[in-house]
Amino acid sequence: MATVTGAAPQPGLRQLIGRAVPYLLLAPGIAWLILFYAIPSLQMFLYSVSTGSLEEGFVLSFTPDAYVKGITQFRTQFGNSLLYGGTATVLTIIIGFPVAYTIAFRGGRYRNLILFMVIAPFFTSFLIRTISWKILLGDEGPLLGPLKHTIGILPGTFTLTGTPVAVVAGLTYNFLPFMILPLYVALEKIDVRLIEAAQDLYATRWGAFRRVTLPLALPGVFAGSILVAIPAMGDFVNAELLGSPQTRMIGNVIQNRFLIQNDYPVAAALSFILMFGILAAVTIYARFLGTERLTG
Amino acid sequence: MTVLALDGRMENQIRVSDVDVRLVQVVKKFGDAVAVDHVDLEVRDGEFFSLLGPSGCGKTTTLRMIGGFEEPTSGLIELQGQDVTWLPPYKRNVNTVFQSYALFPHLSTFENVAFGLRRKGLKSSEIAGRVTEMLELVELPGFEKRKPGQISGGQAQRVALARALINRPAVLLLDEPLGALDLKLRKQMQVELKRIQQEVGITFIYVTHDQEEAMTMSDRIAVMNNGRYEQLGDPESLYERPETRFVAGFLGVSNLLPATIVGTDGGYAACRLANDQTVRVPAALTRGAQRVDVGIRPEKIRLSAPGESTGGQENRMSGTIRDASYIGVSTQYIVEARGGTRVTVYEQNVERATRDELWQVGTDVDLTWLPDHSFVVEAAKPGE
Repeated sequence: MATVTGAAPQPGLRQLIGRAVPYLLLAPGIAWLILFYAIPSLQMFLYSVSTGSLEEGFVLSFTPDAYVKGITQFRTQFGNSLLYGGTATVLTIIIGFPVAYTIAFRGGRYRNLILFMVIAPFFTSFLIRTISWKILLGDEGPLLGPLKHTIGILPGTFTLTGTPVAVVAGLTYNFLPFMILPLYVALEKIDVRLIEAAQDLYATRWGAFRRVTLPLALPGVFAGSILVAIPAMGDFVNAELLGSPQTRMIGNVIQNRFLIQNDYPVAAALSFILMFGILAAVTIYARFLGTERLTG
Repeated sequence: MTVLALDGRMENQIRVSDVDVRLVQVVKKFGDAVAVDHVDLEVRDGEFFSLLGPSGCGKTTTLRMIGGFEEPTSGLIELQGQDVTWLPPYKRNVNTVFQSYALFPHLSTFENVAFGLRRKGLKSSEIAGRVTEMLELVELPGFEKRKPGQISGGQAQRVALARALINRPAVLLLDEPLGALDLKLRKQMQVELKRIQQEVGITFIYVTHDQEEAMTMSDRIAVMNNGRYEQLGDPESLYERPETRFVAGFLGVSNLLPATIVGTDGGYAACRLANDQTVRVPAALTRGAQRVDVGIRPEKIRLSAPGESTGGQENRMSGTIRDASYIGVSTQYIVEARGGTRVTVYEQNVERATRDELWQVGTDVDLTWLPDHSFVVEAAKPGE
């Protein structure tokens, strides 16, 4: 018996193409991510639950040994990552907010020029910039040299390189533009009349800032924090060039395990611990800042 | 212009305590551009006062100076007898309803309305009571938790009003508050605003470019042009007796007929029009000028068959109907008077049922109007 399905209109070719367009547009990006993110991530995960060495070959044993080792042996380095990355993030907010505020509200016709200056360092290699900081903060460098000898307010033995201060300073410097730009975007969107309205309703300049400008800039603070904290916590270049063995961050350990010791399982396990740690931190941070405020 | 000065002196005679806002010789320059040019203004306690004018006439700048958002280049601004010229906005007992409302997008309706009271440090319990009360006044009870993004334009307008009024300011400044609303809602809000103003008894200073809006709501209107006001008065006197060409043209439609004063006849001045017909106007309106424009509103003119007697005292001109458009409440005619001047006439469609009964294009008619319905403005300068 023939089933009569009724005259359900068949979608025409145009509609089919129309429906496919979003997927077609996404396809290159998705293909790229599958090839260069999903597959390597899976590979890394497999390494992290394997045992063995590069010479003898890795055996997929599905043991959590690497994770246990990672968590127990590298507490200090995880702590350093959290502390240095966190401190650098807070510092970029403190330094970046006034800069972004000035560009957004007082920049006038110099706005684009100042924005260009913010991103100008990107025209130089990350590595070169960090090495310059090593020279800048060096014991007899352009900063400490005069302070020690010409002005003489610091003892001759005072040193910055190799200390956490130097690492945090380097991280703050290197990631500052990633804070300023989203902050600027958020501040620039604020209608000046809202600030006038606040002042009209008896808020002082500071009151208007605290009650209106700051809350409306929070999405920028959030976006900037994410953009700074995640790479800063995973960074190894600053700790490598400006720090000492005592200031090593988890990024240094991962780099060392992967490239020097060829200990893929532990390196992969550490990467995953770092990734999930940051994900958890971001989730808590989003809750703390209030997701409603971020979207509303 | 002499009458303007006379009017100004009469304004000054009102008691000082009745004056809520006083502007003395206020000037505001932006670079070389003069936005407000030596404005003297007195707004009385409890009145609905409008600053009316085209964009760029200085009305918003005047309002912003009263609110404290702009500092005058020179001059004095007094609020209830106190010099506030240099006070920041938050130290002035005025509140503003901003164009496009400027509601705080991150705060609920309740917190938007409560904002001023919180800054003043009132107790939470009192704030809650007053916010509820205020939301009832603007007919938005139950909207406390909604964010500005979740309410309509008309509702946002009411929240903006509530947010300003709850502080019980001496003066409420409104900067084209209905500009963003559609026509129907706007008409509704005009009535509503007037009701609220009468209910709370606060002085409103209202900025608009919409003459009908200003006429509907205001007790008095200052018609502004090029940084100063051309005429100040109640809607009726502005409409019936405009004193400048600008006011005559900006408020409603006017027919302006160039004329020369040729003599006086009792309380009236005889004016010879360009087509040699003579009309009479109240003599006091001519202010001694020889060459003037006689003005007459389109709805004051009656059309009749040529030579048909309508009593003796009216001004009379003859002409030919050139265009007739049926608008509903009235019919608009363009009549070409003898000599070529085109005159607009509105005739109420009172006794007419169909289009057939309209005056036909090409018909010769007489235009008549009462001399007392005329007004007089300065003659056009050559080239205008």
